[in-house]
Amino acid sequence: MRKVNQKGWFFVLPVLALVAFNALVPMMTVVNYSVQETFGNNQFFWHGLGWFQDILRSERFHASLGRQALFTFMILVIEVPLGVIIALSMPRKGIWVPVCLVTMALPLLIPWNVIGAMWNIFTLPDIGLLGYLMNHVLGVNYNMTQDPVAAWITVIVMDVWHWTSLVVLLCYAGLVSIPDAYYQAAKIDGASNWSVFRYIQLPKMKQVLTIAVLLRFMDSFNVYTEPFVLTGGGPGNATTLLSIDLVKIALGQFDLGPAAAMSLIYFAITLFVSWLFYTLMTRNDTQ
Amino acid sequence: MAKITLDKLRHSYMAAPGGPEDYALKELNLDWQDGGAYALLGPSGCGKSTLLNIISGLLQPSEGHILFDGKDVTGLPPDQRNIAQVFQFPVIYDTMTVFDNLAFPLRNRGVEEGRVKSRVGEIAAMLEVTEMLKVRAANLSPDNKQKISMGRGLVREDVNVIMFDEPLTVIDPHLKWKLRSKLKELHQRVKVTMIYVTHDQTEALTFADQVVVMQEGEVVQIGTPVDLFERPSHTFVGHFIGSPGMNVLPAEVRDGAAFFAGSRVALEGAIEAGEGRHEIGVRPEFVRLAPEGVPAIVRKVMDMGRHSVVEAVAGTTRISAIVEGPAPGQGETVHLSFRPDQTRLYRNGWIATGRGRAA
Repeated sequence: MRKVNQKGWFFVLPVLALVAFNALVPMMTVVNYSVQETFGNNQFFWHGLGWFQDILRSERFHASLGRQALFTFMILVIEVPLGVIIALSMPRKGIWVPVCLVTMALPLLIPWNVIGAMWNIFTLPDIGLLGYLMNHVLGVNYNMTQDPVAAWITVIVMDVWHWTSLVVLLCYAGLVSIPDAYYQAAKIDGASNWSVFRYIQLPKMKQVLTIAVLLRFMDSFNVYTEPFVLTGGGPGNATTLLSIDLVKIALGQFDLGPAAAMSLIYFAITLFVSWLFYTLMTRNDTQ
Repeated sequence: MAKITLDKLRHSYMAAPGGPEDYALKELNLDWQDGGAYALLGPSGCGKSTLLNIISGLLQPSEGHILFDGKDVTGLPPDQRNIAQVFQFPVIYDTMTVFDNLAFPLRNRGVEEGRVKSRVGEIAAMLEVTEMLKVRAANLSPDNKQKISMGRGLVREDVNVIMFDEPLTVIDPHLKWKLRSKLKELHQRVKVTMIYVTHDQTEALTFADQVVVMQEGEVVQIGTPVDLFERPSHTFVGHFIGSPGMNVLPAEVRDGAAFFAGSRVALEGAIEAGEGRHEIGVRPEFVRLAPEGVPAIVRKVMDMGRHSVVEAVAGTTRISAIVEGPAPGQGETVHLSFRPDQTRLYRNGWIATGRGRAA
């Protein structure tokens, strides 16, 4: 048998210690809350898996999880193809490259709560630019504080506006790394534009696209600030996504036990779906 | 397959070229026979890749025409010229199998699947990649990848010319000669016109029937490997080809005779009339150590096994000689004699002695 040098593990220790302090230890306190009940006074009682059972059976949880899933699905379905299309149509050489790149990067540089506030003002029915345009110029009844459909559309358009750039920039990086010879060879081989996309551009973009999908999934699944500032989860509960609901339970109602249990379930779902995406998208790499 | 004619071809990357120095490719007239093996040889930046891209149609020349079998193709895009090109870095379609890679150019042209199968099988056998046909191309080694990109060129039967743009750059040295002899063998079998671009003299001389040597956008000599070695028509060719390159010695011309360092040097033929900067060119292979001749001091001796390369200095001019048998020691004074029928005069770089037995 080959002897393996185990000393390499020592190099991992500092990282392990860091991760322990910024992730594992705080998470363990959450685990601690999730199995206990308290009536205040800093007195805790063992509650077993009761909170988990309650959450998994709760209709309120099912509803926000459903809204969350729908939101993330729409985000991925819109932002990924749109990002690829924009990246493909960006120039590869010349003075327009920096102009395009900076324009694309701008939304990513704005603080999240500012984006929420911006869009809130933008869509105000009587004084916001968009709100005024819709209601008073185009004659469409648009009021996102009363109409759930309008609220949903606004939340999604805002996220597309904010985050499509990330997909664009990642895909663009993948595209510019393709040497000219590939395009020349494809031309000589008589390949159609679709073949060039399918067999050259898409395979070369695949790795960055995997990263883009993962990041967009995680960020949109955990999104809080922007929709909260924009709609506050309303009208009613129409745009109360999972994270917004969680904050209501944890900080609004101060139900520590249920909030902790919900956090862990939330985390498990995010982790599982990320793993699923990653496995599915990379399964063909080694063959 | 086709005969290729380049007619008054010129190219500049500038919009409004002024003098000849603005042209990446200076005026060029050439005829390449159907089924020949040609090499474009020259240092980096000499315009050989420009010429290649013009022939393949990736670049439009500023002036002149390209004809395939007498038909003007200057305005045609690459896919309508029926050419194939192998690039410096292997271009393969990563997600496809080797089979699909080889079939790609045929399928794009709507060849029916039965024909595709037999043709790919033939080419794969020729390239010795049959057992890899089902492997994903991304997992191949660089030399096999390069074989596949060659195969994509060979697979089409109607291809006019296959061009190779420094195809062995990324190949391991011990595989280079293998691929090179494979290429030679393929050429003999398929008889397609092939153009091979390289800055490596060994690759050019072993591959091609005819070598086109280029320098600064200009063709300096076209000839067989033997021509280039034995009678370089420009000092650049003499220097660029051969290892070590030709000795180029500053010379004086008086009364129809050439003098180097005060002594008269016998040449292969009569000196053509004219004025300019004169140099004598003689390859190290034809410089002998003799009892009398140009005196020189030995500076360096490199033992190459079967022979030694002696580097000597006459005045301030360095002269190399290839010596068989015992070599002189460093610092010794020797006398060098040049074999007359291999000693030539160059004027402003170009050959200025006629072939013949005179003088």
